[in-house]
Amino acid sequence: MDAATLLSRFPATQDLAGKDMPTFRVAGADLLAAVRFLRDEQGFDLLADLCGAEWPDRPTRFGVVLHLLSTAGKEYVRLHVDAVDDRVPSVAALHPGANWHEREAFDMFGIVFEGHPDPRRILMWDGYPFHPLRKDFPLAGIEVPLPAADVAAVTGQTVEPAPMMGGPFVSPGGKLSEGEPSALDQSWTEQHPKA
Amino acid sequence: MKITKEISLGDVAARSEELRGENMTLNMGPSHPATHGVLRLSLELDGDKVVKCDPVIGYLHRGDEKIAENMTYNQFVPYTDRLDYLAPLANNVAYAIAVEKLAGLKLPPRCEAIRVLCCEMARISSHLLGIGVYAMDTGAWTVFMYTFNEREKLYSLFEELTGARFTTSYTRIGGVTRDLPEGWLKKVDAFCDGVLKTIDEVDRLLTRNGIFLERTEGIAPISKEMALAYGLTGPNLRASGATFDLRKDKPYSGYEQYEFDVPVGTKGDCFDRYLVRMEELRQSVRILRQVVKTMPGGAWYAEDAKKIFLPPKAKVMTKMEELIQNFMLVTEGPQIPAGEVYFEAENPKGALGFYVVSQGGGVPYRLRIRGPSFVSLSILPAIVPGNFLTDIASILGSLDFVMGECDR
Repeated sequence: MDAATLLSRFPATQDLAGKDMPTFRVAGADLLAAVRFLRDEQGFDLLADLCGAEWPDRPTRFGVVLHLLSTAGKEYVRLHVDAVDDRVPSVAALHPGANWHEREAFDMFGIVFEGHPDPRRILMWDGYPFHPLRKDFPLAGIEVPLPAADVAAVTGQTVEPAPMMGGPFVSPGGKLSEGEPSALDQSWTEQHPKA
Repeated sequence: MKITKEISLGDVAARSEELRGENMTLNMGPSHPATHGVLRLSLELDGDKVVKCDPVIGYLHRGDEKIAENMTYNQFVPYTDRLDYLAPLANNVAYAIAVEKLAGLKLPPRCEAIRVLCCEMARISSHLLGIGVYAMDTGAWTVFMYTFNEREKLYSLFEELTGARFTTSYTRIGGVTRDLPEGWLKKVDAFCDGVLKTIDEVDRLLTRNGIFLERTEGIAPISKEMALAYGLTGPNLRASGATFDLRKDKPYSGYEQYEFDVPVGTKGDCFDRYLVRMEELRQSVRILRQVVKTMPGGAWYAEDAKKIFLPPKAKVMTKMEELIQNFMLVTEGPQIPAGEVYFEAENPKGALGFYVVSQGGGVPYRLRIRGPSFVSLSILPAIVPGNFLTDIASILGSLDFVMGECDR
């Protein structure tokens, strides 16, 4: 891994001194060129993973993390990209395997990948209104109409949130210690005899 | 008098546009025996030929990554069982190693050897199922019964080791739940003898079987370049001719101590993917035998892991410190230093990766799961078109995916 060339060729790149593998923050504008440089000149021929993340302490709310693997050099490299205005250029043209990973990052965080060949949701259904891995999305989910609009119109059914909030091991939103396992439903106790 | 006009092939070719029928859209799945779970393929067919294939996934999406952000590191172990539910032991190990890297824990040799044992037994169990159902998909019923017989024996061994046959949750961060039961290694050794016989039998039933060859040879070849571009890992990548195996090239858990070969295919077709799995079975048995022979003694958990493990129940009930520690571990979780780590383990289906981001404290800030099956399926739109509808069962079986890991 030739870090010096990467840093000199893309001056906006920051070395983040990763503990487990070389880690860099690449500017969105440089991403395609940097990934191509790593693939063609440094032998990072396999895109191991691409995922979205939400960072509270950075100027941009969302970011994308890429892990590239060199099968010949037997090493990984990690690239952080900030999603300015929730947008990141798509690397699917360089690594076709990124196609589904980017669809998932869009699905889960709402990050838009510019130039993506097939920008649809992948795990949630088309027309689902939320991006569930965002930190402000509740764990239990939010009630939404059924995926099939015609069925929903006839039956009036909805997709309901899982009854998890307040249950054991689920934080009510604050610290985990405040989400102590507790029986919120007191109807069975002696003070509140069951009706 | 000539009444019939001879229609030559040339005429048909000239009129091919005129003779062409309408393309048909066919939905395969999400409930279909050949899709091995809840995978749906939206196919466009021209007669019997597939023109376009659009996999629709997400039917088994449970939001594991979201769930992980809301519970402590220890509590997430059972969820890893449900990723690749055909090799839960290997998933447990991959997750535990990822968090241990973040926590900076060093494991004793016995614990590492136990984990190698777990991973290889999980690989045998997963490949036995993969080959068994693959044979069934292509019309050979008997193989399935042979391989499932061996899997039952494996499950009995898992049960003795972990207390569960299927959802094992065996590893803990910094160790395993309990030491090996007495006399268990001897049973593993006996299992190795039996499974080798079964592998040979399956070999004789399938490898030169005309029908099986017809259904697999030359079907959906994946070139090495293509496999790398799509990020395939594990047996699917190696069948295409790449030699990359994380156990050899990025050894973890002491894999560098054991001797084994990495089988590699040449053509990358369905038959090569089957052959690679068959040979991996034999190599796994080879590793098992070495681990059984050289199983080191000593501790089966890391010394530092006492801050992560729950203290023994008897002490929790009688000693103040242990009670406090137990309380803190359950409510706050083990304190893992801030940082980020990405770890991939060579699982039966390919590289299972965990990207863990910690901001300190007992709950992961972000836990990304890179499922090899998700990646294996993403290549379908590229390899399925051009094949016949009947070949799809063969292609899906040869990729050996599991939807629990794909949809997470």
